[in-house]
Amino acid sequence: MSDLTVQIDKDYTKEFGKAKKLQRLKSFFKGVLFLLPSIILFSVFLFYPLFKTLYLSLFLTDASGATTVFVGLDNYQAIFTSPLFLKSLEVTFLFVLYTVPGTVIVSLFLAVLANEKLRGIGIFRTLFSSTMGISVAAASVFWMFLFHPTMGWLNQLLENLGIEAIGWLTDPDWALISVSISTIWMNLGFTFLILLGGLQSIDSYLYESADIDGASYFYKLRRITIPMLSPTLFFVITVSFINAFQTFGQVDMLTRGGPQNETNVIVYSIYQEAFRNYQHGAASAQAIVLFIVILLLTLIQFKLGERKVHYQ
Amino acid sequence: MYHVEMKDLEKSYDNQKNVLNGIDLAIEDGEFFVLVGPSGSGKSTLLRMIAGLEEITGGILKINDKVVNHLRPKDRDLSMVFQNYALYPHLTVEQNILFGLNAKKVNKKEQQKRLNETAEMMGLSELLKRKPKQLSGGQRQRVALARAVVSHAPLCLMDEPLSNLDAKLRAHMRMEIRRLQKKLGLTMTMGDRIMVLDDGKIQQVGDPITLYNEPANLFVASFIGSPRINLGQAVIKDHQLVIEESIHIPITTSDIGNIIQKNNLTIGIRAEHIFHGDEDSKTHELEVISVEHLGNETLLTFEIGKELWTAKWLGQWRVQVGDKVPVNISVENMSFYDTKTTELIKPATSVVKEQEVVAI
Repeated sequence: MSDLTVQIDKDYTKEFGKAKKLQRLKSFFKGVLFLLPSIILFSVFLFYPLFKTLYLSLFLTDASGATTVFVGLDNYQAIFTSPLFLKSLEVTFLFVLYTVPGTVIVSLFLAVLANEKLRGIGIFRTLFSSTMGISVAAASVFWMFLFHPTMGWLNQLLENLGIEAIGWLTDPDWALISVSISTIWMNLGFTFLILLGGLQSIDSYLYESADIDGASYFYKLRRITIPMLSPTLFFVITVSFINAFQTFGQVDMLTRGGPQNETNVIVYSIYQEAFRNYQHGAASAQAIVLFIVILLLTLIQFKLGERKVHYQ
Repeated sequence: MYHVEMKDLEKSYDNQKNVLNGIDLAIEDGEFFVLVGPSGSGKSTLLRMIAGLEEITGGILKINDKVVNHLRPKDRDLSMVFQNYALYPHLTVEQNILFGLNAKKVNKKEQQKRLNETAEMMGLSELLKRKPKQLSGGQRQRVALARAVVSHAPLCLMDEPLSNLDAKLRAHMRMEIRRLQKKLGLTMTMGDRIMVLDDGKIQQVGDPITLYNEPANLFVASFIGSPRINLGQAVIKDHQLVIEESIHIPITTSDIGNIIQKNNLTIGIRAEHIFHGDEDSKTHELEVISVEHLGNETLLTFEIGKELWTAKWLGQWRVQVGDKVPVNISVENMSFYDTKTTELIKPATSVVKEQEVVAI
């Protein structure tokens, strides 16, 4: 009698197992089916180019980009001994250092201002976020006019104030700063919008409670707004950081890497190496280096940032 | 001396219809004053107007005999517990409690003293280093209360402080709040008062027993008390009270007293006043359409005309749906309302007697 029940139990578990396995398999295939479009897109536009770049970086190429001689890690050795590349690394880091804090601080300031509930605040919100809708090319042309040595408004303003004109884009000491200023302006819209969204999602009860407690404006800003905004700030900083490393358009439009390679950021250097000098191997090696640099710094940022960020 | 006084207080948004109308109210020092009303009746708005979080459209608000209409929240010397507690999620319990004192730049020694006092009183001493999300609902509620207590403000406003808790915890916290009030020395000999608010107007203000026994209008009658009071349309004809055209009760002039009105009456009778009738006392037989057993109470539902009436009988009655049960319904337990104006014409006479008994 007892033997019989045991046997029945065993049979059932087996059948259950089978049925469950079949269900899992089915749901796995369904899941893959849903993922397929993005898997295909990512493979074609991301994974394939990544591996192709890695492959290219180990070869010398001809002008059309076809591989000729396998050189191993020679390309990497060459770029790390090239003063031009080291210079562009330095320029890139400086550029990041100028633009990321600049963008975040200015847009945070604007977002806090635009978060006030006032009549007509919508106009300011639209204005502050409008640079998001302007292409890099259009913005660069606009800034080129502002920076123009004689006709530019900036120099005319300085002249009116009795200050000597500055060669915004031609002076090696100023060029990177000028490009940074225009970049900050271009990034402002996006960063502003994200931060404003973050501010608006902070529960208004917190501020009311603080009002009753008698907290001042800056006390609220420091103790409530900034900590509650930290996840958004972290996101914005990370994104601006990666964007700053990948800047190309405004450099190409405003300075073409000059004067004296002072604005020759890595992506521009890659572009020149690949499409001006036809050194696809060396350019690929630079691209891989850039990829690793961004990856490492972002990882470090996550490690450091996570401790300070408060998620709800 | 009144601590909070309102004179013809009004609130409207964008010059639209008034959300609150003609609120005249005086709350005394040490009083436990409760605002009730359905959602949208203006309870929170009134509270937020007292706190200074909402602009006052019209009328005068006095706190401590000073007009405070124009003062900012922080200058009104009060504390507030919000419905969702408004705890700062990024700060620990300790930092949450001290937030206000820090903002007011109270010195560190005093802060620590008050923190320890309050934490002990609220039973939070073990939890000071935790973040709000690591606390249970009841604990969060206690932190919110602690924040109000630590400020030592003479007036504490609580906006539906129990609505986020489950039924069991709610009863417990209600007790805790009362105990806290006692500990803080806020209670005097005075009893509690309740104000019933509906559609931005005061319906009735009074102590809980008055509100229950002599509701001023149909709204208060049906809002206060659970199960809901049994209501029915009634007319008086041929020395009989006819309820919902189905229940006939013979009446004499002594029963109805000063009721001149014969038509458009609404009568109300509490569930516990529909008694079980034995051979002698039964007045009617009604068919049971639903039975609910609540421990030592039994709720029976009957169909009276269009209305559903509930009777609450003490004890465990083994009654089946469909049974005809004998009941005792008498006029002395009924309160009479004018159907048109919904105002009370005459409260139940029996409750007055019962109160007398209690008084002895």
